[in-house]
Order: sequence, then C-alpha cells, then structure tokens
Amino acid sequence: MNRIVAKEEFSRNPGVKMMQIEAPRIARKAKGGQFVVFRLNETGERVPLTVADTDPEKGLVTIIFQEVGKSTMALGKLEVGDCLADFIGPLGQPTHMGDFGTVLCVAGGIGIAPTHNIVKALKAHGNKVISIIGARTKELIFWEDKMRELSDELYVCTDDGSYGIHGLVTKVEEELLEKSRESGEIGLVIGIGPPIMMKFVCKTSEPFGVKTLVSLPTIMVDATGMCGACRVTVGGETKFVCVDGPEFDGHKVDFDEMLKRQSIYLEQEKVALERYRHSDDCGCCDECGGDR
Amino acid sequence: MAEEVNKAKKLPRQPMPEQAPKVRARNFDEVPFGYANETAMAEASRCLRCKKPKCVEGCPVNVKIPEFVGLIADGDFIGAAHKLKETNALPAICGRVCPQESQCEARCVLGKKGEPVAIGRLERFAADYERNQGKIELPQIAPATGKKIAVIGGGPAGLTVAGDLIKLGHDVTIFEALHKTGGVLVYGIPEFRLPKAIVQAEVDYLKSLGVKIEESYVVGRIETVDELLERFDACFIGTGAGLPVFMKLEGENLNGVYSANEYLTRSNLMKAYRFPEYDTPIVKGKRVATFGGGNVAMDSSRTALRLGAEKSYIIYRRSMDEMPARDEEIHHAEEEGVEFLLLANPVRLIGDEKGWLTGVECVRMELGEPDESGRRRPQPIPDSNFVVEVDTAVVAIGNGPNPLVPSTTPDLKTNRWGNIDADLETGKTSMAGVYAGGDIVTGAATVIQAMGAGKKAAAAMHEYLQG
Repeated sequence: MNRIVAKEEFSRNPGVKMMQIEAPRIARKAKGGQFVVFRLNETGERVPLTVADTDPEKGLVTIIFQEVGKSTMALGKLEVGDCLADFIGPLGQPTHMGDFGTVLCVAGGIGIAPTHNIVKALKAHGNKVISIIGARTKELIFWEDKMRELSDELYVCTDDGSYGIHGLVTKVEEELLEKSRESGEIGLVIGIGPPIMMKFVCKTSEPFGVKTLVSLPTIMVDATGMCGACRVTVGGETKFVCVDGPEFDGHKVDFDEMLKRQSIYLEQEKVALERYRHSDDCGCCDECGGDR
Repeated sequence: MAEEVNKAKKLPRQPMPEQAPKVRARNFDEVPFGYANETAMAEASRCLRCKKPKCVEGCPVNVKIPEFVGLIADGDFIGAAHKLKETNALPAICGRVCPQESQCEARCVLGKKGEPVAIGRLERFAADYERNQGKIELPQIAPATGKKIAVIGGGPAGLTVAGDLIKLGHDVTIFEALHKTGGVLVYGIPEFRLPKAIVQAEVDYLKSLGVKIEESYVVGRIETVDELLERFDACFIGTGAGLPVFMKLEGENLNGVYSANEYLTRSNLMKAYRFPEYDTPIVKGKRVATFGGGNVAMDSSRTALRLGAEKSYIIYRRSMDEMPARDEEIHHAEEEGVEFLLLANPVRLIGDEKGWLTGVECVRMELGEPDESGRRRPQPIPDSNFVVEVDTAVVAIGNGPNPLVPSTTPDLKTNRWGNIDADLETGKTSMAGVYAGGDIVTGAATVIQAMGAGKKAAAAMHEYLQG
C-alpha cells in the first residue's frame, strides 16, 4: 500500500520532485481540486498535498512537491519501491464544474501541479482553457508539455526572463483580461501558487469583475473537519479549508491573515530541518557545512 | 445488614495514590497509579451489595457493579474483569474517564451519609489487573451469521458497536478516518489521563475477536455511505465531533489561538509534546488561557502546564458550581497550579503587528436567573473589562458535528445543527440499515454516553439483521 512506483526530479535547487503513488481507491475517486495527506512514518506529521494527476486504471496518484521542510525533504529521499505510512484522500471539495465559457488558469511554481488536474477536469467538462504557467526561473517550470496539450492556449513566464515571457504571471493575466473585457470571453480565473502570488492574481482580476478561485495551502492536522487549524477568513466569515475548500472566491479571502497564519511554525520548522540535516537520514553533508 | 453498614462507614473510601502535583504538572505520565491489590479489596469490601443496586441504574451501559465489586472483595480479580466485560467492552478506559460522581457513584447508598464506593477506581483496577497479567480471555463468539457490518468511526461508540456485534457472529469492519483508531480516546484525552497504550490494548482486543479495521479511510470522501451499503448489510455512523465552535471574537485567528481540538490533537495524536523527535510542532506558550469549563478545557489547561507554561488560566463565564467538568479533573487542575478566572468572559483577542496573540480582553460576569439548562445565566457587568496577558489561547467551548458523512449522504436526515437524526433508544436513522450514535447524534457528550448509544444501536442492528 502507498508504494512509490515512479519518481522524477524536476529541479535540484530548490528540490522539486514528482512521485507516483500506488493508491487505487484514491486514484479512482479523486477529482480536480482535491488533495491528499501523507504521513511518512510513525513519528511523521500529516502533510497535505494537492493531487497533480491520477490514473484510475493503473491506480496511481501523482504528487509534485517542493522540498521546503523536513517532511518534504525526507519524502524526496524516498525511492521507487518505498512506501508511505499513510496516504489519505481524496480530501476537500472538488473544483465546482460548470459551463464557464473560457477559463483562465494562472499557475505559479509548484501550483502548476494542482492546476494540471483542474485543467484536465475543465476540459473534460467542455470548457475552453487558457493557461499561464510561471516560475522564478526556467528550472522551476515543469509539465509545460502536458499543460500545452490540455490547454487551448498556453503562456509561459519566468520572473528572471530565463525562459518564455520575461515577467510575472499577473502581467499576462492582466493583458488577457484586458483583451477579453469587451467580449467577456473569460468567465472564470483560477489562480494557484504561492499565497502571495494568489493574492496578486486576485488583485489583478478584481477590477475586471471576473470571478477568481484560489486553492489555499493552509496548515492542517487531521484535514477531515475536526481540528480547525486550517481556518481562513472568507468574506468576513471563518471557513475551514479542509472541508469548505480548498477553493474559495479569491476576492473575498483575507490573504494577509492567511499569510501570517502560515508563519506560525517557522521557528519549529527551522529546528526540525536543522536536526534532520544533521541526522544520518539526510545524506546531503554538503549542506550542513561539514560539521556533522 | 446494619453491621455491614457500620463496617463500611468505619472504613473510609480508599484513596488512590498519584504523582505529586508539582511533579506531574511537568510530565505526560499518567497521574494516578491505581490501587494495589489489598487497597482494592479493602475498597471493594465497603460495598453493601444492595439487592436493588441503584448504581447499576446510574450506568449508561448497566455494568453489573455489585457483582464485579464483590469478586474483587473476594480476591478474584480476573473474574471481576470478566464480569465487567460482559457489559462493558472498554473497562480500563471507563474506569479512567467516566464521570462516576454523576453516574454510578452518585447513586451509591453509602454516598448518602458518607462517601460512595470508588466504583471507577475498582473498575480500572480489575481491567488493569487482567491486562497486566496478559491473560485476556476471549469471550464466546456466536456462529458466523454471514452478515457484514460497516462501522464508520473508531471512537467509543464505534468500538462498542464493533465489540457487541462481532460477539454475535457478524462480520464487522471499522473505518477510521485518522491513522490511529480510538477517536477522542487517542486524539482528545491526554496521555496523563488515559495512556494511549491502554487504548491500543482495547483496540487490539477487538482485533483479536475478529474485528477488521481500516485506518486512514475517510468515509464520505473515499467511499460514501450509499456505496458502503452496496457491500455491507448495515452501517453504524459514529463519526463524532466535528468542526470546533469559535466565539466569533475579534482576533480569534491570531497566531497562538487554538481550538481545543487542534491543541489536543497536536499534543495527543501527533505527540507534539515530543517535538522534534516527532515532527508535529505546537506553540509552547508561557502564558496560556483556556476558555471554557468542561473536561476538554481542563485537559487543555493541564496540557499547557506540561508543555512548559508558567501560567495556565481557565477563563470561565460562570462560577465553579456550574462548571461541567468532572470534579476530579477540576481538582487535579487546581492542584497542579491552573488558575481559575471565574465569572469572566473573553470579548476580544489582542495581537501584535506580526499577527501573534499578546492578550485577551475579558469582561466580568454575574449570575442572573437560571436559563434552559437550569444553570444561572451569566450576564456581563458593564465597564468591568480587564486584560490578561497571554501568548497562547485555547478555545474549548465545544464543537459541531463532523460534516463529512451527513453532507455526502443525501437521504440521511439531520437536525438544524447538522447532527444526525437518530432514535435515541435504537440509533435508527432515516435510512434503512443505517444506525448512528455518539456525538454525531447528541452533540458533545461523554465517552460512556457514546458507548451507551453504541450498545443500544448494536442491539437494534442485531435485531434488524435477524429480520
């Protein structure tokens, strides 16, 4: 159960990795927009990750993650054939499907992963999809081919201009919304990526009055509607990302509060990471400056 | 009889040795050590063995109290454990967490003029004795009926249903959403009150009876109740507590403000008190305020001390008399140094520019006329606001039902709060073959009440499956 059957490194520094996990039930059931929770081992924490892709026939779930803390680093160290202690899902509400006309999907960095699964669902539902994918630099762009194949139009941006359009995804977003202002062609924007990027995707679309969905990567513990760790303020009301979300109307989300809440455990995360880097499990002595 | 009464009066209720308050307030080990054999026999000898035992009526699962206490008095501890298990699948747990003072012990005849028999301590003693002897006797299991039952939620209600139905020969599978079975027994009640090894032993016991358990299986998402009914003959829903209730106060989403569910789940289920050995972190506040007056509030405030708090306050809007927590929990909290700010209600949480909690503004309260619950209604005293400096706050004022199953089962009727509409005597819901019990039906209650609901539902399900 929960065996890793494929692994690929998309970027080395920061580490961005793809894994396919054998989880037939989840693969059959997961829809675009939903997430899973993994736990590495007995002492592990429960970490939510949005589903990047599923293969119901082969019973596989694809996840893509950036190595930002101890748990994701340790996950990245696992190899094909290894198993996760727990792989739980699908969780959260699927992206609401409808006839939106043209949907503009804006994905930043690791957000390309969940966006892929949503675009897949949108296309299956018969929508036209324009996608913008962007990252800080060329190395962090992945799945361009898959996104191009699914989308009716695809724009690729890098902040440093090392690939595609030089600039932020919001620049292209604004241009496309401007173009669609008259026709009203774009009926929905979906923005997924780092919280700060989502905040600006929403700020960009707001003056155009186009509804914008964001997928919030809040801190969770049980992720099944029990603990309330994931609460966010949406339209002045407290909502729970694990059961009410993860997608919300981005124009109503209190991003500033959410950003502050994302920083609660920064200190502890540093401690855990330091401890991990000096442990035998890490195996990357070059990073600890040789003081092991 | 008169002689016995006199004897019982002479022998005082036997205290249970426990860790010294100062010591235990800084560790997560269990507080009481339990009775020694002789003490248990002495305490058991106080029982009058009434012909019409009132204590049994006070027990939600009608444990045969005089019988098991009598066996302890006679030194047959294993026999006492077996007697207990005839009606109660989880005696080691109930002996620790039941509110005996308002149930069995409240009805004890000895309590009228003195102190009641320590039924809870004796229950715990017998169950622990059996477990420590390693001589767990498996009960007779009825011949297989071929009926398959799905139990959704592995908490007290679900474990009870599973235990009762497996003995009747049914094929039982528990579906548990979390990675560990036990529900509130593993995520909610702290180690120092209910060691997790004991819960594990009870779960293992059910497995040894043949109960199958699927953990990390979130019914409602991975499979709906309707889908389960295609492969099971009946379902029991015991999904328990859901989203925490917040007070809708300014600043409630500040960093350092927890729901009790989150605070306790981090500490208990995820073992955050052993961070960084365990990966899950928790804010180890120096000055912690817990809002509420129930057992969950006591557990939170005592957990805060053990995580290293210098000050741990209970802020409660009524007075000590109205506090719903068990007497023993309040007593233990006081002994350990929890400070009670009574007749005070939070009105606002104050934070710094980085979004971290720095204090809580409260208003003083006074008690007015009794409300629907029979308790005197607290009213704010105008212009009596004051600020308590804290860096962590735990909101322990209750929770709503878990939304996952009701929201994905269209034919399942719920009430206006989202609790499942189920007959309290049978657990029967609006769907044929679907039963429910515990917090998901009644809202927040006790472990033993959930077990009582499970017992009734199991009996009704058995009858349904025969028909």
